[in-house]
Amino acid sequence: MEYFFEILFSGLTRGSVYALIALGYTMVYGIIGLINFAHGEMYMIGAFTALIVSSVLSIYGLPLPSILILAGLAAAIWAGAYGFTVERLAYRPLRGAPRLAPLISAIGMSIFLQNYILLAQTPDFVPFPSLVPEFAFLEPYSAIINSSGLTIMAVSTLVMCALILLIKFTRTGKAMRATAQDRKMALLVGINVDRIISLTFITGSALAAIGGLLIASHIGQINFAIGFIAGIKAFTAAVLGGIGSIPGAVLGSFVLGLTEAFATGYVSSDYEDVFAFSLLVLILIFRPAGLLGNAAAEKV
Amino acid sequence: MCGTIDTAMHPLLTVSALTMDFGGIRALDQVDLRILPREIVALIGPNGAGKTTLFNCLTGMCRPTGGQLLLTPPGRSQRRLYGLPPHQITAAGLARTFQNIRLFPNMTVLENVMVGRHCRTTAKLFGAIFRPAATVREENDSLGMSLALLDRIGLGDQADELAQNLPYGAQRRLEIARALATSPQLLLLDEPAAGMNPQETEELEALILSIRDDGLSILLIEHDMKLVMRLSDHIFAMDYGRLIAEGAPDEVRRHPAVIRAYLGTEATDA
Repeated sequence: MEYFFEILFSGLTRGSVYALIALGYTMVYGIIGLINFAHGEMYMIGAFTALIVSSVLSIYGLPLPSILILAGLAAAIWAGAYGFTVERLAYRPLRGAPRLAPLISAIGMSIFLQNYILLAQTPDFVPFPSLVPEFAFLEPYSAIINSSGLTIMAVSTLVMCALILLIKFTRTGKAMRATAQDRKMALLVGINVDRIISLTFITGSALAAIGGLLIASHIGQINFAIGFIAGIKAFTAAVLGGIGSIPGAVLGSFVLGLTEAFATGYVSSDYEDVFAFSLLVLILIFRPAGLLGNAAAEKV
Repeated sequence: MCGTIDTAMHPLLTVSALTMDFGGIRALDQVDLRILPREIVALIGPNGAGKTTLFNCLTGMCRPTGGQLLLTPPGRSQRRLYGLPPHQITAAGLARTFQNIRLFPNMTVLENVMVGRHCRTTAKLFGAIFRPAATVREENDSLGMSLALLDRIGLGDQADELAQNLPYGAQRRLEIARALATSPQLLLLDEPAAGMNPQETEELEALILSIRDDGLSILLIEHDMKLVMRLSDHIFAMDYGRLIAEGAPDEVRRHPAVIRAYLGTEATDA
């Protein structure tokens, strides 16, 4: 039973991080109908930013929790700036072009950013310090859950709730939904659509960067290519849940995370991806719009 | 200075020599329009005459090939609309509805109207998180005004319904309410009575008159000629992208060019 819970929590931890990344995919898709293949790179850049900031801060001997918060903020802001710039340079000039053009531009951006980090940083794996302090109250349960896993779940839940409240209730959130449902009409009711699109990229990239920081601190090493596989997985999760739908992205992420964890735990870690992508194929056959697709899909 | 008289008679919207080419096709050819404050103006003409293209040029959805668009809100300075993006034209005081309804289908009735307040409100992310008094006041004002608009169009008790679930006539009224939420000076209505039954048309007529009484000008495209003749202070008739007649309803109705455009020239050899 203990083993079951250990796997359950590891699945939930994975699911939380997938959700942080998948939200960016689904928001961007909801608003401009583009699969932003460079989104995984925001996660990777977030992790590198956090590594640099936390290394500097630890020289000054700050306590761990404040390093975690400052590094998280820095990663979110810096990745947000990247997201903004990528949209401006690679997608906005192609706004009126056929759908394939921005998609290829996105793939190009992804390759460019990976190689840029490879050259600017290092081609090797670099160790990442654990930024989450050990919680004493978790001591008795150390076999099934550790403090960094718990932090990942808590932070992700908090961030996701904040995002959903933002989209549901604020003026900006209404403008985002209006833009997703009818971009021209949104312009005509006086919404600056370009600004809303930029804001969507910034928000999505910031979420992915927080995911990058959390998982890097959990696993303990990063390199320039981590964004690729994480991006593919989160994309899978977004499609599972119904791309364009925010609740769908969260649900899809947890389904994917749990599937992988149980496949690893009860079959073999070699089969992790087999199960994950078989699930995707099955969903696409039987529910092509994803778990919460269609009706809910428009409700970014 | 006789400034007050001047502004009272000054047209709210002046369109001069507006031209729009789509490739080799001239959709609008040197169109001149003037709309006075508190005036209901109708734009009539056969299908393809360029009426909707004119709306698209006015609201910034198309960039005209040439011409000038000037908006002079009473008591404020003149504003050139030519070349502005649509959201700035809305902010300047033009709002429109569509021939085929374009609501935000998956937002509630209330949200559809509140989104119209976007360009008149300023709350940013900071305000959304820390909720200073100014933001709270702004949200309450915007909510109050939106609810009042819904009451006015008779949808007050369906505020939380999704827009897509409303019946057709109600969706049309909601589109008008959303346009009014942007606090326009000039309201552009593209075939507001299309598909409405006689009773709905009557309600619409009362609504349009009450909007005029609030001090707005209205420019409408409409094919229901009885409605047009009853409502309008002034009519512009178009055909093949040109203005062919203008004047009071009675003059335009009898104008030979208008009759020719609608009925065709008399066949001489048959």
